[in-house]
Amino acid sequence: MTTHAGGVEGLPREKVEQFDRELAEILKRYPPDRKASAMIPALRLGQTLFGYVSPAVQALAADRLGTSPSRAEEVASFYVMLETHPFGRHLVEVCTNVSCSLTGGDRLYAYLKQKLALAGAGTTADGRFTLREAECLGACGTAPAMLVDEEMYEQLTQQKVDKILGEHP
Amino acid sequence: MSETLVLSARWGKPNSASLESYRADGGYAALDKALGMEPSAIVEEVKKSNLRGRGGAGFATGLKWTFLPKDVRPRYLTVNADESEPGTFKDRYIIEHDPHMLVEGIAITCVALDIHLAYIYIRGEFAKQARALEKAIAEARAAGIIGPKVLGKKDFDLDIHVHRGAGAYICGEESALLESLEGKKGYPRLKPPFPAVVGLWGKPTIINNVETIANIPWIVRNGGDAFAALGVGKSGGTRLFGVSGHVNRPGVYEKPVHYNLKKLIMEDAGGVVGGRAIKAVIPGGSSSPVLRGDEIDISLEFDAVKAAGSMSGSGGVIVFDESTCMVRALARIAKFYAEESCGQCTPCREGTHWMEGILERIEHGHASVADVAKLEQVANSIAGNTICALGDAAAMPVQSFLKKFRHEFLEHAELRRCPHGDHGWGLTQETRDAVAGPVRYAR
Repeated sequence: MTTHAGGVEGLPREKVEQFDRELAEILKRYPPDRKASAMIPALRLGQTLFGYVSPAVQALAADRLGTSPSRAEEVASFYVMLETHPFGRHLVEVCTNVSCSLTGGDRLYAYLKQKLALAGAGTTADGRFTLREAECLGACGTAPAMLVDEEMYEQLTQQKVDKILGEHP
Repeated sequence: MSETLVLSARWGKPNSASLESYRADGGYAALDKALGMEPSAIVEEVKKSNLRGRGGAGFATGLKWTFLPKDVRPRYLTVNADESEPGTFKDRYIIEHDPHMLVEGIAITCVALDIHLAYIYIRGEFAKQARALEKAIAEARAAGIIGPKVLGKKDFDLDIHVHRGAGAYICGEESALLESLEGKKGYPRLKPPFPAVVGLWGKPTIINNVETIANIPWIVRNGGDAFAALGVGKSGGTRLFGVSGHVNRPGVYEKPVHYNLKKLIMEDAGGVVGGRAIKAVIPGGSSSPVLRGDEIDISLEFDAVKAAGSMSGSGGVIVFDESTCMVRALARIAKFYAEESCGQCTPCREGTHWMEGILERIEHGHASVADVAKLEQVANSIAGNTICALGDAAAMPVQSFLKKFRHEFLEHAELRRCPHGDHGWGLTQETRDAVAGPVRYAR
């Protein structure tokens, strides 16, 4: 099924080779005739290697999984953790759902907007942070919580948030 | 009897997640016992246990297992670790502290149901928990517990894999979960056929919640009757109840299924911060109908909470003190369902955004009394008119908040502002600092 020796148009050859190697490991989890099941992990891998899930990354994943680019696009646009556009060096997602806001999550989000000089969800001028609200992260007993680059931080205070951001240059 | 801990007994012990520690505490003895039993006898014990699904629906687990057609192979097991219902945070602790309990539960279930391939579908945001599961599965594989021969003795090949989602509440709905596992967007399927008949890749599939499956080793070890005796009536065992919001000791507490809700909040979770009164409690995750503070002296057992007009759901208890603005709380809940509606069914896709918009207008003083009635009308138009339960999940909070706290919505509309000003949400930072402490779970 690997029809492209090097890669899909516009993607660097070495990274495509790395994609193929790591995808081969992922595919061991699924029956050989069910490769398309690996669409989410394949697109996440593409996001890690190429920065975001561009149309070229979608085409690469679709090709390797033996399915159509439209299937890849449908998945890429459906799931919030798959980014179809470039974003900041660090992704900061603050839960403002009920249990977090009852313990100050909404205030933390407001604080972060102010600190990062953003009017709402968006990317800082220097490209360092992309900030947005998250839906419930399953940390209601240790609220408020946020994700930074998909790692969870809990029982947050403004001081803790300052420290965590400082650790992400 | 109430002190028996089925699920959380080992939490907090050093290295509790390791295979060595699990085995030292008698882990995988239940699997060994199960290998010596007739598969049908294992299913019989689970039926006798009165174990009901811990994901939210409370459906009898043993009964669900019997829905598998007798002669169709392969069959699959999918464990739902998508834990996304606001207020719910229990399965993650099983995975973090005792992942081998889940692996053993999966192995026993597979042996009982003649299943050779199982997936754990875990929400994408649980990166740490996914790593913990992958580590436990690798340990079990390396030790020969799973693989070509279960426990190295029985000629029964079994493999377990972790499949991470990528941020979509709807994928906790079992048929959307299957679509996602097949590499598609999470659109729920029309039912029937139910997944037990036509599931993953068109084959019979059992889908159970993490907590549900984690009970299986205890049931096999101690017998279904002993598990049933921990609970009451047709609900056996203990449950992990999560308490969050305005309480002094938020956390997960393992209690008998029929534990008292008020006691859980006032004693186990230490009562309300600052000694304030309770205005409202959501007893089973954000989709369960809200109760007033004077309605919480009830048993948490599924049928008892239903009789009280709500749902025990996923066991996620959210407590609101007397200072909370219920309009603001509901507006946030409505925003969640609007964000998470998958867009397949028109009433939900459109209605959830209408509800969110009307609630924002009421909260910010841009709505009239007529809008309150319109909000209710939209909720009533969604309920019962969608493929999956997300439509009902979005409608029930709106219907119940309007029923129990209508005066607050009308007051906002009449005043054309929020009477709570900016103080309707949350604790101050100082109070939060006082409450924040070590992570609390169980006991």
